[in-house]
Amino acid sequence: MPKGLLGRKVGMTQIHDESGKVMPVTVIELGPCVVMKVCEPGKEGYSAVQLGFADKPRRLASRAERGQCVSLGGRREKARQAAGVATVAKPECEPKRFVREFRTEGEDVSYTVGQVLTVDEFQSIPRVDVIGVSKGRGFTGAMKRHNFSGLCASHGVKKVHRSMGSTGQRQDPGRVFKGQKMPGHFGNERVTVRHLKVVKVDVENNLLLVWGGVPGPNGGYVMVRETNCY
Amino acid sequence: MQNKILSLVESTSLRSDPLNFEIGDTVDVHQRILEGDKERIQIFNGVVIARSGAGTRETFTVRRIVAGEGVERKFPIHSPKVAQVVVKRSGRVRRAKLFYLRDRVGKATKLIERQTKTDK
Repeated sequence: MPKGLLGRKVGMTQIHDESGKVMPVTVIELGPCVVMKVCEPGKEGYSAVQLGFADKPRRLASRAERGQCVSLGGRREKARQAAGVATVAKPECEPKRFVREFRTEGEDVSYTVGQVLTVDEFQSIPRVDVIGVSKGRGFTGAMKRHNFSGLCASHGVKKVHRSMGSTGQRQDPGRVFKGQKMPGHFGNERVTVRHLKVVKVDVENNLLLVWGGVPGPNGGYVMVRETNCY
Repeated sequence: MQNKILSLVESTSLRSDPLNFEIGDTVDVHQRILEGDKERIQIFNGVVIARSGAGTRETFTVRRIVAGEGVERKFPIHSPKVAQVVVKRSGRVRRAKLFYLRDRVGKATKLIERQTKTDK
């Protein structure tokens, strides 16, 4: 069992269970993912598996990206072969849009480059963590970014109803403490939502349905892994 | 247009027996109620005044007058809790949302019965 898979957030909807209860679910198109590379402690210093999801047109992929997927038969490669240097295994697939690593420490399953992993692997998993990049909101005020309350609507307040208010004390300490919550860039950062319930696994259509929301816009790429908080 | 994958997911939750009623119909909504471990049917009678939403989220609103007070209930069309909807009477209406009935009292709330071809 790998620790995770890559996918794309499709969107949210509602479905009913047998008793007629409504379940809010997020649909994730999960996999199939190709094993691009297997990291080993002897070589990379850690054990992990690098997965790739969603094909990318070859004209958009760099030569390095194409070269990781298939043997390009370059001059240096031929020279290395002639010299008898061991070749690196290639997954023999199209270049991938979304490539991420999952650590596999303490697992006794071995992976081979080119192996295809599907959502079938999540059949026996009750809870997952979903990692995505949250929607970017640009430069936002303290009310939206840090849930500040703002100032009064009346009582003499003018033009500063959404202001954050005071940022500190007086002459002592005479400065603003580090880490003071202020307006600034909000969103477009990596967010992990943990312990989401798996509602359904649809192997035929490569779909995973989880209870509740996941970070990012519809169509955004997400990483899904078995949760480590039970 | 809705995403194809989302419609695919929703298709498993849609009801297999479509409810046949129209706006302005007076209907009996048969609802499954679970009491302890016993299931019984409760009937809510009234006029369908609106239908909204799409997919699994589609709902309809039924309005009736209980003890001189207007009562409206919204039912999810695709919920398994809604056993069936029986049309008692069809009303002749010219719009999709009958919210104007809320402002009416007494006899004015009655809709003219629709004449269908079979009736003639």
